[in-house]
Amino acid sequence: MTIQKFITEKPWIWSFSATITVWIITVLFTGGASSFGLSQAALTFAAFSVIVGIGQMFVITLGPGNVDLSVPATMTLSGTLALKLMDVQDGMIIVGLLASIGVGLVIGLGNYILIKLLRIPPIIATLSMSFIVQSVAIWSNRGLRIKPPETLASFTTSGLFGIPNIALVALVLSAIAWVLLEKSIYGRWISAIGQSRFAARMAGIPVDGTRLVTYMLCAVLASVCGYLLASFSGGAALNMGSEYLLMSIAVVVIGGTAVAGGNSNIPGIWGASLFMFLVVSMLNTYGFGAGIRLMLTGFIIIAVILLAGGKRSSR
Amino acid sequence: MTDPLKREEVVAARAIKVTFGAVKALDGADLVIHSGECVGLVGHNGAGKSTIVNVINGGLEPHDGTLTYGGQAVHGISAARTNGVRCVFQELSLCPNLTVNENVRIMHAELKGWNWRARAGELVVAQLQKIFPGHAIDCDSTVDDLSIAERQMVEIAISFAGLNQRPKLVILDEPTSSLDAGLAAQLMAYIRTFIGDGGSVLLISHILGEILSTSDRIVVMKDGRVVADRAAKEFNTHSLVEAMGNVVREQEFSRKTTEQTGSPVLSMPPPRGHGIAFKAYRGEMIGLAGLGGHGQTDALLDLYLEHNSNWWPTRKRDIAFVAGDRSLNGTFPLWSILKNLSIASLSQLSSRKIVDRAREDALGAGWKQRIEIRTPDIANRILSLSGGNQQKVLFARALATTASTVLMDDPMRGVDIGTKQEVYEILRSEAAKGRTFIWYSTEMDEIRLCDRVYVFREGVIVAELVGDEISEKNVLAASFSEGEAA
Amino acid sequence: MKLSSGTIRLIIPAASLALLLAAVFYMQPRAMSYTGLNLLFNLAVPIALATIAQMLIMSVNDLDLSMGTFVSFCACVAATVLQTSPLLGVLIFIGAIAAYAGMGVLIHVRELPSIVVTLGMSFVWGGLAVLILPSPGGTAPSWARAIMTAKPPLVPMAIVASILIAAVTHYIVMRSSFGVLMRGTGGNDRSVERAGWSVIGIRAATYALAGLFAILAGIALVGLATSADANIALRYTLLSIAGVILGGGEFVGGKVSPIGAVIGALTLTLAGSFLSFMRISPDWQIGAQGAILIVVLALRLALNRLEKREKHQ
Repeated sequence: MTIQKFITEKPWIWSFSATITVWIITVLFTGGASSFGLSQAALTFAAFSVIVGIGQMFVITLGPGNVDLSVPATMTLSGTLALKLMDVQDGMIIVGLLASIGVGLVIGLGNYILIKLLRIPPIIATLSMSFIVQSVAIWSNRGLRIKPPETLASFTTSGLFGIPNIALVALVLSAIAWVLLEKSIYGRWISAIGQSRFAARMAGIPVDGTRLVTYMLCAVLASVCGYLLASFSGGAALNMGSEYLLMSIAVVVIGGTAVAGGNSNIPGIWGASLFMFLVVSMLNTYGFGAGIRLMLTGFIIIAVILLAGGKRSSR
Repeated sequence: MTDPLKREEVVAARAIKVTFGAVKALDGADLVIHSGECVGLVGHNGAGKSTIVNVINGGLEPHDGTLTYGGQAVHGISAARTNGVRCVFQELSLCPNLTVNENVRIMHAELKGWNWRARAGELVVAQLQKIFPGHAIDCDSTVDDLSIAERQMVEIAISFAGLNQRPKLVILDEPTSSLDAGLAAQLMAYIRTFIGDGGSVLLISHILGEILSTSDRIVVMKDGRVVADRAAKEFNTHSLVEAMGNVVREQEFSRKTTEQTGSPVLSMPPPRGHGIAFKAYRGEMIGLAGLGGHGQTDALLDLYLEHNSNWWPTRKRDIAFVAGDRSLNGTFPLWSILKNLSIASLSQLSSRKIVDRAREDALGAGWKQRIEIRTPDIANRILSLSGGNQQKVLFARALATTASTVLMDDPMRGVDIGTKQEVYEILRSEAAKGRTFIWYSTEMDEIRLCDRVYVFREGVIVAELVGDEISEKNVLAASFSEGEAA
Repeated sequence: MKLSSGTIRLIIPAASLALLLAAVFYMQPRAMSYTGLNLLFNLAVPIALATIAQMLIMSVNDLDLSMGTFVSFCACVAATVLQTSPLLGVLIFIGAIAAYAGMGVLIHVRELPSIVVTLGMSFVWGGLAVLILPSPGGTAPSWARAIMTAKPPLVPMAIVASILIAAVTHYIVMRSSFGVLMRGTGGNDRSVERAGWSVIGIRAATYALAGLFAILAGIALVGLATSADANIALRYTLLSIAGVILGGGEFVGGKVSPIGAVIGALTLTLAGSFLSFMRISPDWQIGAQGAILIVVLALRLALNRLEKREKHQ
């Protein structure tokens, strides 16, 4: 009874237990030799998914139909522009970061202007926006691969006490997001809007303002992630964001956030991000090809939805 | 032609019990309908009328009791339909994106095969002509493009139409809510013809005149039970109202002699220059009356939205809203009682935008005691409460704010009488402290509690009643004055 | 005469297509010929089929995010198995249609969001495509090639095929009883259910039909491209959604138009050609497509406002 209540109230339990299982299986299979390296890689790559996933989660919390498809284009544009601006100079690192945050703010604002002004569903608005952003990225990139400043590159690829710096950054961002979500008025507001936009309006919540801030927050997190990813991988590439479109949605959903909105949780995103990376590497260690890997990933997503979705259908 | 003693039972529901969570929607209700009779069903909101209709049409499985169609015990929507039961619902249930013909196709599965479109058209046109002679509805137009009255007419016609087999029982749930007096009279006349041909009708309406003039038998429901079931001629308006449990209560509140001094706290010019302007003064309790759906809710929404920014957080809230349709614009179903209560007053409960849990808990505990929310723990889910208690939470949400004006959109729908009395007390004492209440209600008892009443018709205020002028007679007169002539 | 809202909904897409076509002819008069038109619209056929598939899903208020990977998967099957052992290929396609129907049932019964289920399925189809065709290659079945490159007299194949697709799907979706039920489910599923129909069945059939059209899109694509790869049609997910919206369809409420969807697909295809004629640098082509999408949606909003204002008066 109490255990069941605990589980239903903490939907991230699922993703974490799955993650631990997969980690143990993989480590056992490789005879324990890889456990440190595996954990390091998992933390690093999961961190990128976590950062974009948090933003996407805020948007999805706003309720059915809310999703930001411009995340990959935003990542690419921010990475490209920031590296171009910094131009390998260490002194420009902060300027580059500010520039990429600025890119995020502008894109988020643009997204919500389209949603509000054209009254089109967010999915189409952010899609149209992503086309334009992508073009700007292509135009500014011009096929050149500019390296990140030395300090920034080494920061993103090294770690502190064995924990990758990227993961620490993601942890700090998660902590901030957690406070926003669980403790602040803003968190209450987005949850209320996600449950019933009309009821939220009638309870005195500034619905449009809150939604605008949320879309901007999502775009800023995506652009910060683009900035870090470009620095981590030694330069921006035009397709660097593409895998994060599905990934950002998948980690949110697997992490136990209600797709119907109103309910979200940060720990679940960590569990899901680690899980997604570990599943791929587990299937890799077993020597499965890309095809099987993709298929299993798909089946796992659907299975998790079936499990989690059925649990909370309390209508 | 048919002998009343041998009339066949079309539907018989006996000792039906249905519960929704903590709420007993039906508590052993009996309803038997024979062929060739029109049964009128009356009762207050929440008396269980809609629930028993849903049981009869197969949409709801009763938790206890027996249900038979023509003597056979079968269940489900299709069973009800094959036994000739059709239903016109209160909320319009056509597909708005389809044409009239296409809607006929959906409702009549037997319209198979080639050229169904033309046959569907013929069917509905003929039926519309029978019920509402002289109508001007184009059956090739999309339902979206029709007016509300036309939609209701189409829906009624579709339900009465039969291709191979005429319906045996047609359930009409508030069929005249969007029709004007002339159309309503046409419909009532048709019901009598239909009954004369051996069909039966279950008629649900708030307009007692319709019920008394059209029905053969009247069933009165209250609190999920049938409290009276007699021939229509044994009732008159007064005894019917009495049977519904609407005994005029003697506990008269002392109405304030409203001194309308100073400037109004809220005002609204008449829309498009028609009707009377709306004004509200400090400490007043103002009723919005009139027939349902004549613009009262829209007026409340306009007042509210005008005073509430959609973009910036308001520092000091001076207007709050209590929803009537809890599931649509009231409760947040995923949340606890406490979070539902505190959502409108978070800015008072927080410092630096971070919600102070201790202050929130204190607020919750205070209101739990003050309005007696019946729950062991205020951290429980809001949906664990009964409807009446959920409604109390919504009241507490509005009253806990600093708002000086509270708008109420028929908030007592489906609330039991005990709760109502408790809430009335609280409203009175809050009004005495200087709060202004603007209250739309469909129930005359509540309108009678107000200091001043605006009567709405067709989206505008047509009358203002003050003090002792507030009576059912005057409100009805104002609601209908032109409608009767039309 | 009063225009029905359905007709009004078709005006904008048709007008945008005509305008775009006029602009292309103005800039490149040589396009005004049999071969010119064929070149302009060649790629439209698979896009139109995929758009129709997406429209079917959208007519019951769902959205298919796996359209692109599914069409890619179908293209891979068509270029390999269907070509070497037709029977097995047909069986695979039947299985795929069954999978779509199953998806519809699952989404309905468990009340799951279609976006997430199809998102998961997109991984599955992508994986299957890679399994069947690990590296680009394969050959189109000769009949598919023959159909797609046929040269009917007077009007190029792409146009003939588009008209045919529009006519057939208009019949299915707008005229047939099944189409009525399908759109009715999107408009008000409770009332369809109350009338005694099985909404699960309707949804399953709708999904199955969508699967069929997506398969046809895959075959048509292979017929044009002669070979396939696992990523051949990834952009179809977004293209198909945009095509439906451009064609006057809506996300909810069962308001769809097959003719509009085909026109939307043609418009999107033409927009690509138009931009290259405009000598817009390839960098900006995608962006310009986004801009066109926004402009058309803005036009539609303006038209809807106008219509509403007329209704009020």
